[in-house]
Amino acid sequence: MSQSSYSEIFRENRALIDSGASPVMNALRDRALACFEKYGFPDARCEEYLHTDISQWFAPDWGMNLGRVKLPVNPSEAFRCNVPNLSTQMHFLACDSYMKKDGQPTLVEGVTVGSLLEISRSNPQLVGKYLGSVVEMEKPGISALNTMFMQDGFMVHVPRNVRIDKPVQLVSLMSGAVSMLSCRRILVVLEQGAELRLLLCDHSSAARECLSAMVVECVVGDNARLELYDLEETSQTNSRVCDFFVSQGRDSSVHASVLTLHNGRTRNSFHSVFKGPGASLELDGIAISDGNQHVDNYSFVDHASTDCISSELFKYILDDRSTGSFAGKVLVREGSQRTVSAQTNRNICLTRESRMFTQPQLEIYADDVKCSHGATVGQLDEKALFYMQQRGIPMKEARMLLMLAFAGEVLDRIPLDSLRSRLTGLVELRLRHGQSRCEGCNVCK
Amino acid sequence: MKDKTKETDNILVRELSQEKYRYGFTTDVHTDIIDRGLDEDTVRLISARKGEPEWLLEFRLKAFRYWMGMPMPHWAHLDIPPIDYQNISYYADPTVKKQGPKSVEEIDPQVMKTFDKLGIPLEERLALSGGVAVDAVMDSVSVKTTFKQTLAEKGIIFCSIGEAVKNHPDLVREYLGSVVNYRDNFFAALNSAVFSDGSFVYIPKGVRCPMELSTYFRINAQGTGQFERTLIVADDDSYVSYLEGCTAPMRDENQLHAAIVEIVVLDRAQVKYSTVQNWYPGDENGRGGVYNFVTKRGLLRGVDSRLSWTQVETGSAITWKYPSCVLQGDGSQGEFYSVALTNNWQQADTGTKMIHLGKNTKSTVISKGISAGHSQNSYRGLIKVGKEATGARNYSQCDSLLLGSQCGAHTFPYMDVKNETAVVEHEATTSKISEDQLFYCNQRGIPMEQAIGLIVNGYAKDVLNRLPMEFAVEAQRLLSVSLENTVG
Repeated sequence: MSQSSYSEIFRENRALIDSGASPVMNALRDRALACFEKYGFPDARCEEYLHTDISQWFAPDWGMNLGRVKLPVNPSEAFRCNVPNLSTQMHFLACDSYMKKDGQPTLVEGVTVGSLLEISRSNPQLVGKYLGSVVEMEKPGISALNTMFMQDGFMVHVPRNVRIDKPVQLVSLMSGAVSMLSCRRILVVLEQGAELRLLLCDHSSAARECLSAMVVECVVGDNARLELYDLEETSQTNSRVCDFFVSQGRDSSVHASVLTLHNGRTRNSFHSVFKGPGASLELDGIAISDGNQHVDNYSFVDHASTDCISSELFKYILDDRSTGSFAGKVLVREGSQRTVSAQTNRNICLTRESRMFTQPQLEIYADDVKCSHGATVGQLDEKALFYMQQRGIPMKEARMLLMLAFAGEVLDRIPLDSLRSRLTGLVELRLRHGQSRCEGCNVCK
Repeated sequence: MKDKTKETDNILVRELSQEKYRYGFTTDVHTDIIDRGLDEDTVRLISARKGEPEWLLEFRLKAFRYWMGMPMPHWAHLDIPPIDYQNISYYADPTVKKQGPKSVEEIDPQVMKTFDKLGIPLEERLALSGGVAVDAVMDSVSVKTTFKQTLAEKGIIFCSIGEAVKNHPDLVREYLGSVVNYRDNFFAALNSAVFSDGSFVYIPKGVRCPMELSTYFRINAQGTGQFERTLIVADDDSYVSYLEGCTAPMRDENQLHAAIVEIVVLDRAQVKYSTVQNWYPGDENGRGGVYNFVTKRGLLRGVDSRLSWTQVETGSAITWKYPSCVLQGDGSQGEFYSVALTNNWQQADTGTKMIHLGKNTKSTVISKGISAGHSQNSYRGLIKVGKEATGARNYSQCDSLLLGSQCGAHTFPYMDVKNETAVVEHEATTSKISEDQLFYCNQRGIPMEQAIGLIVNGYAKDVLNRLPMEFAVEAQRLLSVSLENTVG
């Protein structure tokens, strides 16, 4: 379907979409439509989407659950987290619908967590204040499309000076009887001094082709701290376009890890803006791909304030015919003095058919800065492999060790111990079993 | 301490922006300028003026028709005011005398004087021993080429491209457009349609060129653009070092310079191409200055061939320039060393493309950007490794130095790797002059201004060291004078 057919579908079904959502959500749709019609999907000339033509992804005639038909998925049966030492509070999304579970204990007094639809109905003021506030729709991409069609999703709101120790985990399951497109929306709000760890797990069923156009918006208040982990363990038939938007207040700190372990085609865009001085961002990513998989990570860090620190580390291991792309842009605006920014992208191509594109960018308009970026594309070190083989380690194992160490550099930056060991385990599993399914859920099987 | 640094920084930046452009004079010489405007007749007229054969006119017309259908590119990080291509004169000949027939031997003394003033001796006896052979180009015409005879004894052809078309048509026809196709980009198409004199160099098999070859470009006439075209062919096992320099008068209008340089390097040959680009950069308010939109590319066709680009970019209001290497021959090596200094309201978007196609090809990119005043300085580079380029190796390093809080430094590297055995590395840093280093120098009695000059020169040394001696002195002076003359 072309861009105009999406506008048409939207116009024809406007009443249906609105009735399945809340007035707060519906209020954003007119502007979204205008933006979508103006900018639409990025074409091949769009610098930010140079190696991923997502308009092709949207071309098939996807089904959309605009009528809010209840999907027959039982999350507790479908998903089973087998990772030790990690206790989380779990929430489920089936496609874009929040699945209510009875008996979920409240985390901490005052914290709002759950269905975006329900919260926006019960507390429209709160949602209205933040929803769409940091999302940039005035450029080609999917954030306008998502805003047009969003009906449900997930929301966390942490009030002032509240700390949540127990990580919140959101498991999204993509499955259905037909090929589905889902536009889910995730809204994370941390008020001044709040703290949250959020783990997003993306799973899908291999039976049908799925496409998710997802927007995650995070408003991080002054002095707040957010740890965001996004783990994709979908299947070859899954395509995902995910736009993250993060706005950081004064002295806030954000750690975000974007891990792509199993997927079909993935495009993640991470937009971050420093609204106040003294904020810091750690943005990491790992992509392990084989077969015909495609992983494209784009990041844009906007140093709009002084004394902010950003550090990015992205690593790719590409096997078979998979392709990887990384583009990272760091913008230091005029007057953003004492900015420190480092960006590293390291990639290993294991086969001749695998391809890597990398494109770091620096745009600097202030003079008192320390900015650097580095990018490499290469193979496993033959000397190291030889050294290990000499000492009796078989070739296969030696390669494994090197790849683990390569990915380990990113994993080591994860602050939460239990999660680090869990993710390290998952990465090892992924590397050892090649294309085998993740052990965590039944959906993929 | 900090405040003091700031203060001196400001003085420095101010002085730097007020540094006079030494080559801003004009020469009053009778120049034959064709009417402004560009259409097929203009192309035919230029071709006729130069007495070109039919095939070259066809080449020009093809390019012109293609150019007509092209939009002006806007992808560079540059703010280019609209250019009225109909308001430029595309051909200006200062060698035509008012009366009497034109004679190559007799050069207008005014023109001679101009080049003397620029420090380019056109009389062979004045050149230093072992000196440099010069092809001097003013506006659209090559004024004189020195040491032609000495070079001819070795079989080396060094002349203007117009002369080469007449005397060596087969060579020109074989190689012209073989590296930069007229469809390559907007300015390449424009140049292919209206190009005027540049240099032609042919180094025969096994010959090591005994002296540096150099072309000096000078824009003199008002309301004109310069569209020179240079073609260098290095046959098997040969070696040549080629230098290029350029200046223009100070004017309030923006003059367009859109050149093409093509280099063909055959088996085991080696070419060194050095540029000191010092076009008029405009005044401290950003008025005037040359638009420098240049396509430079080398095709390393032969095995183990080598091409090295070295450039010192200090001039031009806007620079759009990416000297590139197509590494086609197995074992070929490409190098790119660049210092780009922007000041006042100058803008530069410059870098390189290294296209690895052959096996075991190597490339090195070292780029140093220095921004001051309100200028914007960007590095843009592409490292591409083709499917068959087994064992390709690249190392790129781009550093930027910021002097002043109003300027910008940007880096846009692209890496596109299609072969798993390739090793590609890219590093970039951006910072201001380290206060520790300044403090260290101050402590040892080196005043702030000198310390900054010292550090900047040290910073650019990696590149300056690659320049041939004659140019290194010039380049170093260009950098240091602007930075160090604040002392007393």
